Amino acid sequence: MKEFNYTITDAQGIHARPAGLLVKMAAGYPCKVTIAKDGREVDAKRIMGVMSLGAKMGHIVTIKADGESEDDAIEALETFMKENL
Amino acid sequence: MEVLNGKSVFSGIAIGKVSIYNKGDGQVKREKVTDTAAEIQRFEAAKEKAKEQLGELYEKALREVGEVNAMIFEVHQMMLDDLDYVEAITHMIENQSINAEYAVATTGDNFSEMFASMDDDYMKARSADVKDISNRVVSILQGRDNSGLSSDEPVIVVADDLAPSETVQLDKSKVLAFVTRHGSTNSHTAILARTMNIPALIGVDYSDDMNGKEAIVDGYNGIFYVEPESKVVDEYTQKREEDANKKRLLQELKGKGNVTIDGKRINLYANIGSVSDVAAVLQNDAGGIGLFRSEFLYLGTDTFPTEEEQFNAYKTVAENMAGKKVIIRTLDIGADKQVDYFNLEKEDNPAMGYRAIRICLSQPDIFKTQLRAIFRASYYGNISIMYPMIISVNEVQQIKKIVEEVKAELDAQGLPYGDVEQGIMIETPAAVMISDLLAREVDFFSIGTNDLTQYTLAIDRQNPKLDSIYDSHHEAVLRMIKMVIDNGHKENCWVGICGELGADITLTETFLKMGLDELSVSPTFVLKVREKIRSVDTSK
Repeated sequence: MKEFNYTITDAQGIHARPAGLLVKMAAGYPCKVTIAKDGREVDAKRIMGVMSLGAKMGHIVTIKADGESEDDAIEALETFMKENL
Repeated sequence: MEVLNGKSVFSGIAIGKVSIYNKGDGQVKREKVTDTAAEIQRFEAAKEKAKEQLGELYEKALREVGEVNAMIFEVHQMMLDDLDYVEAITHMIENQSINAEYAVATTGDNFSEMFASMDDDYMKARSADVKDISNRVVSILQGRDNSGLSSDEPVIVVADDLAPSETVQLDKSKVLAFVTRHGSTNSHTAILARTMNIPALIGVDYSDDMNGKEAIVDGYNGIFYVEPESKVVDEYTQKREEDANKKRLLQELKGKGNVTIDGKRINLYANIGSVSDVAAVLQNDAGGIGLFRSEFLYLGTDTFPTEEEQFNAYKTVAENMAGKKVIIRTLDIGADKQVDYFNLEKEDNPAMGYRAIRICLSQPDIFKTQLRAIFRASYYGNISIMYPMIISVNEVQQIKKIVEEVKAELDAQGLPYGDVEQGIMIETPAAVMISDLLAREVDFFSIGTNDLTQYTLAIDRQNPKLDSIYDSHHEAVLRMIKMVIDNGHKENCWVGICGELGADITLTETFLKMGLDELSVSPTFVLKVREKIRSVDTSK
């Protein structure tokens, strides 16, 4: 299981467009991927859940990947977060 | 005529017939079903069809509003596949043995509620997205045709609210404007309306019986007129035409050079009278500010503006112009203006009285304050100065002496300043006649044609009795302009016009042939003048 914490820097937080891109990316990996905020963890492959986290600028989220290709997934997700959020 | 107020989401003017948008009656009834597996299948099939439709909408939006704004439909597709959403529906069908329509509608409402209660404006707006996709699935299940407009001619679409897919679905060529009762300026519909360049109003409390009625949408002021009176129609028809012309000009000419067919170039700047005018200067693509009237700092107040107040105003303009030239004219006030604190005595002839540079040279404190502010601001941009109402070389020499004192003071205080070009207004016949001598003293001339014409023809511009003999194209004035240009050029001064004559496009060709280097006009005239310049061939 791999994980990393990330502080959102985008002024709009995780809104529809990057949420969509994030979900698309996470869905491409066979492993389980979750994103959590304030102890609430949701499946990163489910867009409603990701959006419902209400992650805004300054919030810290924890992204976990568990299973096959978890290293690739975690690396790709970390790059994604840095570039888009 | 009914006049309704709303909030503008995108400006512009539309005149046409109202078409009240039909959502179709989608009343959803809760019904029991026996074969829940089949019902789930129905839902899955409808969901796939919805995704297909969204795919088509995505393509259409991609073409019409670009990738970033079209993305919302991809997100809609993902929402339809979201397992939390789908499982909620299928579980409801199975556990309660109810119809797919009801399960979808209820789940849609639930998720919509969830988003609506979030503490974030953007997320609140997403509740509309969830409603939209659920409505789409329900429509498909009900076999309803997603109707919309049923007219051949372009109309003003009026609706309670418009979902993003509904906005994009509409045939753009048939929509003159959007008017809705609800909606937010952040909603996707608003974003789409802006991208599609269609005037739109929200928050308009219209009555349902206005289908087919004539209406006007004023996107500038947020007003919706229903069955407008004919004079209102005339007024807006004209505004709409001016609007369309402006847009056309802007599209064609923005970013293009001020160059004639035979390659002659001229600088095209704008005249402003306040800091807030800078927006218009940039919007109209002027190359700089050829006249920044500084009087606004002295009017409407009962004490002299401080150096700091002035400095901040000049600095703001210089910074916003980001390196484009800003020519500040020192105070041009006389007894005809309301400035009690100046203690100016009443005069019989204020136009020829104690004013402008005459006040500055006899009250150097006032002058130095302004000069200090201008020089300090020059550090933050590209600033030039020009002095009004000059009649002698002696005046200019006095000015230069004071400027040197100001610079020395600033140096001693360690306050930085930039390289400030010094110029004068040529607006008196005296200045014209000695322009050869004046040219040696300064870097540029700016011809104030309004006052120059007045003094030369000995006509009071304010006297309507003399309108018939006031000829702004008088040969005397034109010869003077030519003389000033020639004398200026002999001493490497550039010469421009900042008076009203600059915007007179019947003279543009004449000025270009005379070798004028710069025209500074009201921001709204910049593109018109540019259009004229580009159509002229001075070699013919």
